[in-house]
Amino acid sequence: MSAIEGLETAHHHADEHEHHHEAQNFWQKYIFCEDHKVIAKQYLITGIMWAVVGISMSVIFRIQLGLPDSNLSWLKPILGGWISDSGKLDPNFYLALVTMHGTIMVFFVLTAGLSGTFSNFLIPLQIGARDMASGFMNMLSYWFFFIASVIMFASLFLQQGPAAGGWVIYPPLSALPQAHPGSGMGMTLWLASMALFIVSQLLGGINYITTVINLRTRGMSFDRLPLTIWSFLITAVLGLISFPVLLSSVLLLIFDRHFGTSFYLSDIYINGEALPNVGGSPILFQHLFWFLGHPEVYIVLLPGLGITSEVIATNSRKPIFGYRAMIASMLGIAFLAFIVWAHHMFVTGMNPFLGSVFMFLTLIIAVPSAVKGFNYITTLWRGNIVFTPGMLFSIGLVSLFVSGGLTGIILGNSALDIQLHDTYFVVAHFHLVMGAASAFGLFAGVYHWFPKMFGRMMNTTLGQIHFWFTFIGIYLVFIPMHYVGIAGFPRRYYQFTSYDFTNKFLDMNMFISIAAILSFLAQFIFLWNFFYSIFKGRRAPQNPWRSNTLEWTTPINPGHGNWVGEIPAVYRWSYDYSKPGAKEDFIPQNVPYSQTLESNFPHENELIATEKAIESQNFNDQFKSH
Amino acid sequence: MENVQQYSIEKEPKAVLAMDPVKFILWLFLVSIIMLFASQTSAYLVRRAEGNWLEFEMPVIFWYSTAVLLISSAAMQWAFYSAKKDEFKQLKIAISITFVLGLVFLWMQFEGWKELVKMNVYFVGNPSGSFFYVFTGLHGFHIITGLIVLFTAWTAAFRTRVHSKNLRRIEICVTYWHFLDILWIYLFVFLLTFN
Repeated sequence: MSAIEGLETAHHHADEHEHHHEAQNFWQKYIFCEDHKVIAKQYLITGIMWAVVGISMSVIFRIQLGLPDSNLSWLKPILGGWISDSGKLDPNFYLALVTMHGTIMVFFVLTAGLSGTFSNFLIPLQIGARDMASGFMNMLSYWFFFIASVIMFASLFLQQGPAAGGWVIYPPLSALPQAHPGSGMGMTLWLASMALFIVSQLLGGINYITTVINLRTRGMSFDRLPLTIWSFLITAVLGLISFPVLLSSVLLLIFDRHFGTSFYLSDIYINGEALPNVGGSPILFQHLFWFLGHPEVYIVLLPGLGITSEVIATNSRKPIFGYRAMIASMLGIAFLAFIVWAHHMFVTGMNPFLGSVFMFLTLIIAVPSAVKGFNYITTLWRGNIVFTPGMLFSIGLVSLFVSGGLTGIILGNSALDIQLHDTYFVVAHFHLVMGAASAFGLFAGVYHWFPKMFGRMMNTTLGQIHFWFTFIGIYLVFIPMHYVGIAGFPRRYYQFTSYDFTNKFLDMNMFISIAAILSFLAQFIFLWNFFYSIFKGRRAPQNPWRSNTLEWTTPINPGHGNWVGEIPAVYRWSYDYSKPGAKEDFIPQNVPYSQTLESNFPHENELIATEKAIESQNFNDQFKSH
Repeated sequence: MENVQQYSIEKEPKAVLAMDPVKFILWLFLVSIIMLFASQTSAYLVRRAEGNWLEFEMPVIFWYSTAVLLISSAAMQWAFYSAKKDEFKQLKIAISITFVLGLVFLWMQFEGWKELVKMNVYFVGNPSGSFFYVFTGLHGFHIITGLIVLFTAWTAAFRTRVHSKNLRRIEICVTYWHFLDILWIYLFVFLLTFN
């Protein structure tokens, strides 16, 4: 634990390899576990469960939108009273479904499920650490997330229904319990759950940052870190800065709801009766919310981009193109993420000059994003591409990132936004660029690191089938949705059959819904493949993808502490694929330049002299001081 | 890597560590607290710019509580120097003073709230008053967490677990306590300036 004491023991530990840990019982090993790998799996499994819930919700409201005449009585066993006797979905519950779908997918699946899984799993393994800086905090982080999950899940079963004011919970709708059935207990539980969720994310993020900065192994300088680690580090920094702001806005909302303050409320009449609240500003909430909300987009997306960098380089058998440009563009995106939040608020009566400033800043994000897109494509260019499922999903991510990003340029325009604001165009845009792209990052990561997580392989053919159904399905859902949006369909409406201008798009909506159902069904291929392979999959070899990063130097089923014996030292970056002159087409990070004289560049030969200095460094081994 | 042993003797190992992870974690916590208050104070400014803003004089007791917190910070520093020099008696006195002054500060903040109520500035009402209560209340909450950290250091000090070879606990305590002090001065000056 203590690094200071670790310094003292660094001298004489070469002979005592084993770390001292007493045998753990079931509870210590699987439940209140402090091992980052187990916590990562806990996050992954919880995230998958949430994804099933969240995506099922979207299927239900897609049926309502695309097949408005269908009889939903068959859902009665699950939804009970929310389906009327004539088989119609309750309109209030429709709003709740939309809200919970957004909340669950953004926070519980793509924030906790993605960052929680891969930051936890990969940071110690790829930087060469025994575990996170604080295993205890890491465990707390998961259990706070778990309690948040339980509360959010419980809110689904309230008689009044869960929160229904949209995942952005704008007041006054969310602040006044009498405004909507979902604004009562459902919103209270939503706020409680999210407050715990924020605590969980802060505990996790602080741990990730500390681990990456302080616990890298010998030789693992920042310019040798895999891009995955860079992306997790930047993601965690974004979370650390933006989640407290969400906490702040949630706190003021709680005061408004339960103590009668007027931070967000002013001059409201309900049923002809004036509320006592004066002097509040609902726009204030939007500013606070989107100061988190926009970085949240990148909290969701950046880990996917990092995973993609790693998977694409490995499976193209080529070094990543523009390693430093990749880091710089991630830093650029992260910086810009904090100064563009008002582009979500162009139509709140904002000063047009201010709007054009935010528009300008928003459009600049296209530059680092394009750098990333081109770097992925140039990495693929003339590579010896291996189409593993992870690789397919990574390429799919690049495709979705580009096609979703292009519509971002349209939406970022404050004049065009007047027409497009809160239409299905926005829905299509962010589902492609943030939803589907990040989900593809999640899939890519699961397929790629499954062998390390469970010591077994997932079925490749099933993975490829899963990819093609999902990839085509996603585009079939969201490309038509852009047209629906341009036509002016507002989002979150219960039905479109009652308006003339939307009536004629009914068959397009039906098409979208059928595509959505098919892509939903395709996910069961993944679920079966995932759970079957955990128990019955083919046993994984040591380094199935012939990859360079450190996690493949651990045993196939690494124990707590990851490496048996010493943690390897690092001598090179993680992208030495297909190096001219090398015996193999990959050289792992722990191979010194002195052993690869045939493939070294002149400046790398000079680095041989520094190897002894690297080896003499402090081991940074957390387990040694026990 | 078996050659580690031979080098470790002749060459002083170079630390990869930038910092003690536990202290680093503390600093990151401070960042999140800074962001919490930064968002609160910017919300205050945004809301204030919209007008309909109740103006009131800050009760004078907040000046005194600020002084108390400053003195407690000085006492904390004194405790740290004493621990560094292994002067246990002084350490115990200093850390006790810090703790008691922390409690006094909290009590004075509460008295300040009572003063506000007497001035007809309530938590429920114009946001200018609500914000005042939220700022002082949130800061008070953090002072309570600071007192808990201080309490662990205090018990450790009385069991002579804090000494020049084992400074980490008191270092964390000092950093956090000074931070809360600076945070309060920021809020105090902020509330004075933008009232």
